[in-house]
Amino acid sequence: MRIQWPTVFLLALIALFSGAVAADEDIQYVVIADPFIDLHTGPGVGYPVTHVVERGEEIGVIKRRTDWFLVRGPRGKEGWASREQMELTLQPSGLSVEFPDVTLGAYREHRWELGMMAGDFGGATAYTAYGAYGFSKHLAVELNASQILGNFSDGWSAAINLTHTFVPEWRVSPFFSLGTGIIKIEPKSVLAQTEDRSDQVAIVGVGLKGYLSRRFLLRLEYKGYVVLSSRNDNEDVDEWKAGFAIFF
Amino acid sequence: MESRIRYIFLALAGSAIVFSAPVWSQDGTDAPPQVIEPNVERRDLDVAAIDTEDFELTGFVGIMSVEDFETNAVYGVRLAYHINSALFLEAAVGRTEVGDSTAEGIIGNPFFTDRNLTYYDASLGWNILPGESFFGERRSFNSVFYLIGGIGNTDFADDNNFTINFGFGFKFLPTDYLAVRIEARDYLFDTELNGVDKTLNNMQGTINLSWFF
Repeated sequence: MRIQWPTVFLLALIALFSGAVAADEDIQYVVIADPFIDLHTGPGVGYPVTHVVERGEEIGVIKRRTDWFLVRGPRGKEGWASREQMELTLQPSGLSVEFPDVTLGAYREHRWELGMMAGDFGGATAYTAYGAYGFSKHLAVELNASQILGNFSDGWSAAINLTHTFVPEWRVSPFFSLGTGIIKIEPKSVLAQTEDRSDQVAIVGVGLKGYLSRRFLLRLEYKGYVVLSSRNDNEDVDEWKAGFAIFF
Repeated sequence: MESRIRYIFLALAGSAIVFSAPVWSQDGTDAPPQVIEPNVERRDLDVAAIDTEDFELTGFVGIMSVEDFETNAVYGVRLAYHINSALFLEAAVGRTEVGDSTAEGIIGNPFFTDRNLTYYDASLGWNILPGESFFGERRSFNSVFYLIGGIGNTDFADDNNFTINFGFGFKFLPTDYLAVRIEARDYLFDTELNGVDKTLNNMQGTINLSWFF
């Protein structure tokens, strides 16, 4: 039996659209309180306004993308309205609508951070991805993984850090970190016979963390690495990095 | 046999359309009231319950020219987070297979065995020209021209290379949750593959299908 691809496609399409219709049942409604609101074709000021909805009319809120809302007006016309205009609508109870924004307040209360940074690791380029969980406003545990790209060798490192934020109430606050991990260095094959090495590292760092906007924070840091190598002497490496994170 | 199966599928499809139609028409009659107080009790707005679609998952295929290593098919995935209507962050992974370089062609044997090139990057995109595009006289789509650039890593010839990328793209939105993107991007990295340090300039053209969630 040959598979009828056009039929399969048609069925998939129907499934897709009937799914969208089923989801519409939990639409919520608000009433326009301003003289009118503009409905754009897309989520942004650059998209043209194709309809307006007048005061007293009801709109259904279908979905949100960034600060724009896809709404369905009377006569079934759909369009995107800005948050500023949506805040001038009334709920069925007559109260005005508020869309709580993620602000500095939420930043001060946040527990989780997911971020990435890039910078210099002892003369090589390095990227880091990290995740952090805060036990309290001051204290957090952090896991990170880095890739190091140098001229003569490449490497990986993974570490666990404990960070202490000095003044979490401030928009920009200094922090201090202490950690340990492993580092793996792979010399490039062009060079003479060398072998891969994995070593334990001890890390101490200082940095600045600041609230940017919405769910974003900016981070700058310096870390000092002590590579506890199996050779006679330990090796010190300086690392400078900048990056950002999403918090929630 | 084949045509019977086709009829069964068509009948299924037909009945699905017939049954889903009343749902659509219900929306139409539900919408324009407010002259009379509606019987249904409206609950107050629960902002957290509004479906938020700030993420965009994309699959892509295209062609990539790896400098001096021929042009081949490239494929990969991207995940974007929309910060606001103008800016988005996007992480991407892509892979292509490279051909023979000129020197390898002359010598007759390859310099390295792993012929895959894999890159990943994190980039910032800017929706610089949003608007509508018209297709014929009757159809219009939302569309946007965007600029994108970022940093990442390219794993090529048993070596990792710090990579800068930049480019531009055009995005069509046939529905509010699907998009088709056509993108051109350049990936730049330094390599010492032939013993000489040089910058490789790798152009990539892709067709992307995106889903917002």
